[in-house]
This record gives sequence, C-alpha cells and structure tokens, in this order.
Amino acid sequence: MGPLRVFLKDGAPPLPRWARITLLPLLNIGVALLLTGIIVALLGENPFAALAVMLKGALVYPGGMGYTLYYTTNLIFTGLCVAMAFHAMQFNIGGEGQAIIGGLGTGLMLLMLGDSLPLALAFPLAVLAAGACGGAWAFVPGYLYAKRGSHIVITTIMFNFIAASVLQYLLVNVLIEPGQMAPQSAKFAERTFLPQLHGFFEALGFKVAKTPLNISLFLALAAAAGFWVLVWRTPWGYALRTVGQSERAAVYAGINPARVTMQAMCISGALAGLVAINALMGDAHRLLIGFSTGYGFAGIGVALMGRNHPVGIIMAATLFGILIQGGSELDFEFKLITRDLVIVIQGLIILMTGALATMFEPPVARGLAALRQRRQRRRA
Amino acid sequence: MSEPAAAPAGAAAIELERICKSFGPVRANQDVDLRVEAGSIHGIVGENGAGKSTLMSILYGFYQADSGLIKVKGKPAVIRDSAAAIKLGIGMVHQHFMLVPVFTVLENVMLGAEGGALLAPGRRHAREELQRIGEDYGLNVDPDALVGSLPVGVRQRVEIVKALYRGAEVLILDEPTGVLTPQEALKLFAILRLLKERGETVVLITHKLPEIMAITDRVSVMRDGKLIATRETAATDPEELARLIVGRKVLLQVGDKPPSEPQEPRLSAQSLTVTDELGVPRVKDVSFNVRAGEIVGVAGVSGNGQDFLLEALAGIRPPSAGNISVLDHLISAEDPSDPAAVREHGAGHVPEDRHEMGLVLDYPAEQSLMLGYHRHQRFQHKWLLDPHAIRSHAEEVMPAFDVRPPDPRLRSADFSGGNQQKIVLAREMHEHPQVLLVGQPTRGVDIGAIEAIHRRILAMRQEGCAILLVSFELDEIMSLADRIIVMNAGAIVGTVDAKDADTHSIGLMMAGVRAGVQQEA
Repeated sequence: MGPLRVFLKDGAPPLPRWARITLLPLLNIGVALLLTGIIVALLGENPFAALAVMLKGALVYPGGMGYTLYYTTNLIFTGLCVAMAFHAMQFNIGGEGQAIIGGLGTGLMLLMLGDSLPLALAFPLAVLAAGACGGAWAFVPGYLYAKRGSHIVITTIMFNFIAASVLQYLLVNVLIEPGQMAPQSAKFAERTFLPQLHGFFEALGFKVAKTPLNISLFLALAAAAGFWVLVWRTPWGYALRTVGQSERAAVYAGINPARVTMQAMCISGALAGLVAINALMGDAHRLLIGFSTGYGFAGIGVALMGRNHPVGIIMAATLFGILIQGGSELDFEFKLITRDLVIVIQGLIILMTGALATMFEPPVARGLAALRQRRQRRRA
Repeated sequence: MSEPAAAPAGAAAIELERICKSFGPVRANQDVDLRVEAGSIHGIVGENGAGKSTLMSILYGFYQADSGLIKVKGKPAVIRDSAAAIKLGIGMVHQHFMLVPVFTVLENVMLGAEGGALLAPGRRHAREELQRIGEDYGLNVDPDALVGSLPVGVRQRVEIVKALYRGAEVLILDEPTGVLTPQEALKLFAILRLLKERGETVVLITHKLPEIMAITDRVSVMRDGKLIATRETAATDPEELARLIVGRKVLLQVGDKPPSEPQEPRLSAQSLTVTDELGVPRVKDVSFNVRAGEIVGVAGVSGNGQDFLLEALAGIRPPSAGNISVLDHLISAEDPSDPAAVREHGAGHVPEDRHEMGLVLDYPAEQSLMLGYHRHQRFQHKWLLDPHAIRSHAEEVMPAFDVRPPDPRLRSADFSGGNQQKIVLAREMHEHPQVLLVGQPTRGVDIGAIEAIHRRILAMRQEGCAILLVSFELDEIMSLADRIIVMNAGAIVGTVDAKDADTHSIGLMMAGVRAGVQQEA
C-alpha cells in the first residue's frame, strides 16, 4: 500500500459490495438533485414543483413514457460504448462521432436497398452497417493509440468534429433530397421502417400516444446481455479486463494490450453506431443532421453511474431518459427555467458519480462499520 | 563491527504511548509503546505485516493513530501530515527514493523548501547549507550532478542530505540497504554512525538481523502489530531476535538439500543482449544454461539487468542479439516470441513483481489463478469461460499450496504478501513446468512463508525441473542454488559453484569486481 493510496483511503474499512452498488449511486444522485434544487431555488422557482413536473412529464403524461424509453434506448447504446472502452481503461469520448458514422452506414445501406428487401433482411443488414461503420470510426483512434501512443480522449473528441463535418458535407452536397432546403436525405422505403411500439399496443386494443419508441429497445437490451457475456464470460473478456486492470500483468499473461485495446475500441464504436438504428431506422426514417447530439456525452455519465456493468447501465440510462424527457416539460411549465437545466443535472451527476465517485465512500464505509459494531454489541 | 556505545538514557527524542491503528478488521498496531533515546540508533525489526511501516507512517504523518499519544522531545505532538513531521524535526528516507531524476542534487534538496518565489536566493542558501552538511556529516555530494546519473548509494545519500537540510533531528530509514551492495551498505553504516556522533537520532527499519547487530544501540521487535520487546543490542543475539520475530524457533537455513543430479540442458542463452526502450543495453552478451534438476541462482544488486534477463527468457521482451532456447523453442532477435508461446512450450514464470505482473490485484483469487492460462481448455465450456471449472481449480490449488485463507472469491489484493506469492507459485507450479523462471520469490514475504516457498522450489528441482532463480537476497541464493551466476551492469561477472561460494567474494563480484582484478565499480 503506497502512501498515495493511504491518503485517499485513510484506512476506512472496506465498503460492502451491496452498499457500493446501491447506496453510493443513490447518494450521488441525491446530492446532484439537491444541488440542482438549490440552483432552481436561486433562479426563483420552486424546486419541488420542478421535480414534480419533470417526473410527470417523463412517466405520467401521455407519450411521456414512450419518449423516455426512446431516449433510454440511445443511452444504453452509448453507455455500453463508453463502458466497453473503459474496461480497457480507455475513455472513449467519441460515441457521438461513432454514432454519426454509424448513421451514415445505416442511411447509405437503407437508401441503397430501397424497397428491394423486407424488414427481416434489411434490419440485420442495417445493424451490420451501423456497427461496422461506427466500429471502423473508433478503430482509427484505437489504432493511433496502439501504434503511435496518441491519447484516445483527444483523438475521439477530434473525430466527433470530423464525423459531424463529414455528415454535413455529404448531406448538403451529395445526399440531399432533390428539391429540399433542409440537409437531409430522401426517406427510406416504408417497408424498412422499424415497428414502433405504440403500434403493438394498439393492436392489443390499448390506446397509447404515438411515440418514436421502437423495437430497437430490445436490440439495446440484447446488446447489454451480449456485453455481459463478452466481458465476463469469455476468454477475450478476461483478456480485456486484465489489460484494463494491469497492462504489465496482461503482457506477462501473453495478452497483447495494443490488439485488445483496438478490438475493444471497435466494439465500443459499433455499440455507439447502433444509436442510428434507433434514431434513423426507428424514428426519423431518413438520414439527417444532429440525430445523435448529446448522447455520446450523456453516455459517459450513464457508464460512470452504471459502474460499467450492463445492469447498472440500463438503470442509469433509464434515469437519464427520464431527465431528458422530463426536462423538456420544464420549458412549457416554467418561465425561468428551460430544458438546459437537464444538462446541468447531467453534469452534476457525472461530477458526482465520476469525478467524485469515491468522495462518499470513506464516510459511508465508516458509518456502516459503526452501525455493524453497535448491532454486534447490542447482540452481545 | 565496532562496539556501539549506548547513548545516555534519559533524553527521549520520540516517545510513543499506547498507539493503536486499525484498517477495518486488521489491527496493524496495538498498544505500541516505543521510546527512542536522543542520539541513538534504534532498530525496529519484524516480519512483513508486523506493523513496522504503519508505526513509522503514523510518526511521519501518513496515517493518524486511532488512539495513543506521540511525544517529540518530551512534548505531546499532533502530526497531521508529513509537513508537520518535518517541522518537528522528523525526516524519513523511503525505501523507494522520492527524488526527481532530471533535477540536480541541489534542486532535489531544495524541492518543497525553495524559500520564496524566486529561486536564486534559495539556491544560494541551499548551496551553502549543502556545503556545511557535507563537512559536518561527511556527506559529500556534487550539488550540480543530475540525480538520474548517480548510483543508488549516492542517491540514498542525497535523500539523507535532503532530510538534514530540512532540519531533521530524527531520521527514519525504511529498509535502507535493500538496494545497496554489501560495500555500499558499509558506507551507509559509517554515515549513520557519524550522524549519531553529531547528536542525530536514527530509527532503522529493517528485516536484516546482521545490520541490527552491526549498527544499532537498541532494537525493538514487532510481531502481529504489537511491540514484543526492546533490547540493548549488546545484550542480545540474532538467535534471540529471530525467535522474538517469529514467536518460535526457526531454521535460518533451508538445511541440507539432496545433492543435485542435473540432466540435459533445458534453458539456455547464447550471447544474449537485451536493450530497453531507449536503446540502452541492459543485458550484455550473456551466455549460460540451466539443466533439468538444478537450480541456477542469479545474484546481483537490484537494477543490474536481472529483470530484463527474466523478461527476455519469458518472451516478454525480444532479445536484440543472441539466442534463447527454452526446451525446443528458439527465440532470437529475428524470430522473437511471446509469453503465451513460451508458456505453451512448458516454461513457468514467477515474475519479480507480483503486484504489477503476477497478479491482478482487483481480481478474486480464482481469476488471478488463471492468469496466462485463461485460454486453456479446462477453464472453458465450448467457447465460454466455465465459472465452475475456474472455481474448482482454485479450490483444488489453494489448499494444496497452503494459501490462506483458501477463499477463491477473496480479492487478490486482500491477501498478505506471502499468500499472494503463494497464489502465483501455485498457478505456475501446478502446471508442472519443465522450466521455471523465478524472480524474487520471497520479497516482502514473512519468515514462515519463506520456508514453505523454499521447500516448494526444492521439490520442483527434485521433480527434475530446470529452475532459474533471481534474487537480491544473497542468503536465499546461497541456500537454494546449485550454481550461482553473478550479474553486474548487465553482464555476468562470474559463475560460482554453490559449494565454493562465500558471501564476501560474491559481494565483490556483485559490485563489479572480478575475482582477483580490481575494477571501477
């Protein structure tokens, strides 16, 4: 135990696992919400009223739930994207760019296919195109890191700008629908639209508001399950986690850290690319600009809060989905606060769960240990 | 060995009273009372994990004691951090030096005590002080030399000067001779004696009994977090101290080992040269072989190329010239290998650095027990990892190698040093390798575990394994090896049959002096 570790831990007793995965995240969210409440109060609105509007907007109002889960789907993809890279101890900030290029792949694939294939065949092809293009976009920073030592944080951020510019150029100059002013492509063929879930409910006789929520949600859940198997149940996942934990140990074990990192970056980018399936094939039904804006960034918070575990990521993505959808209601209801408040909350959550994740660990651990001791003493 | 005169009792530099410190359930220090007389050299000995370092960390402000009282020069003191300790005149020389290699000696000494926004006045003052300290204590170092270019012994001297520059009256040295040749250690002892003559107080943490006997006035023994005994050094002997340290009588030697019956060569190096990332040759034109059923020891001071040699043999580092053969596997600069291939050909590797290499600290023991073998069929079911197979492997191996506690789910970091080492040994030896590369098998391991590990290594030799043992503990090499290779500055200085080896001549070779020929070390 080096002196540095000593300073950080100050000899606090180890925190039990259950507390680390439940108590700490809840505490972090609580503090983030508390700080947001203070900001709202300073702006001159009632924080509790704002919270109530957000929750109602996200879960209760017609269509609220559908939109929440639609956003959640995107966030699961980008959360998994960040987490995959994180298991190799890399910070992939480029989820957004990878989603854009994934969207380019999806869009080109679907425009090319046109009306020629049924959904059952077009869907896997589109998924493949999204994953391959997103993965290829992330491969470049991975390669530059492995072979040239470029910092992945820097390169992936830069690649976000490049991706956005590439898409904009193509949409304005090449792919733009003739006769249109907006930089967007022609519509995909109608038979390749992903089924939206309000349709299912209507078929069952329920009346549900029309929302963009579509079967990509199940693709996201399947991706999360696949993520778990890959990382914790395959030799490759073992190699990945070893590289992330200790590069020297990986080299000792005959694992090539450069190769594993590149592979992890490709999978990470592929996961981000799948955002396009949800946003384009499931909702916009055409290639356009800005469909992934903010999701790469929010994915960092989702992964941090979800502790890079798929179950945690699904839960965190749901919370962030609630924030995004509920936040848009703030615009309507309050004069003094806007949906930008959501960005503030997101930022605070990232701050609390990421940068300050271990801040509460020693006091919570000490408190729990004291409780346990008291209980033991009482029993004795 | 001069007879150290005990300092007059009465004036205490440091008094610790009933110091307690717990880390969770581990009680690292329990009711420790310690009195260090001013102007004396006080030794603290104990096994790893006995609480020596914790106690000194409390004194230097790295930790806060849970309860108890610290008195410095008779006055109660609160030491919140190392700055407070320095203010009270307590200095510490760490085992791993806290120096900036690209700074000069002067800059390193000033670091943190620059004395103002502008460097020049502080530098002038520091230069004068350095001069004075050099004259007073016989600690002469060139103030303008780059620390990175200095030999280890001199760097340590810089650390001592640094502490004195900050006004240290009590100097704590943590395992100071671990990185020194026997000759450099003697120089250090001379410095410590001079410091004592000048009225400084020295606290020496060590696990080497000869050092205690040679230099200290008093010695305190720690065991299991408690201070067991304090003795006048002149009134005790190594046997008594060893008994106090482990709490029972131990053999300090492995004892008689069966004679070696070496068979065919299994591991060999021919004109092997290994360079580091900067192109500096670290292993220079080394040739040797290791035969089945023998242990070849590599003796040398840390940092003389042993780590590069081991890594090259294990396939981690490609040779830049020469050949290696591990059984029927050939490695050369043109045809480098990788650790997986070397392992597949039947060579096990117990790395020098078990924290960085041998284990993944955050993994449960069962997962550290498959490191390097994770692609083995027995850990898999179809193409997925088989948790049951991994668990049952750990449940079989851990008791067999006496890993305590034998809990496959316990985090690797939560085992003691000795048990971590046993995990690594268990993993590598369980494969019954035909060649075993062992680096520092007992570093940071307590005496009880050392015996068990030595016995394991000898058992492997009896099985006919070809073993290459790198260790910085000369005693370990002398008692285990059949042949001894001595390395200095990357080259083999000499090869000695263990039967004819003696500490003095090997010590000279470790310093780069070939038998009979005086050389610049």
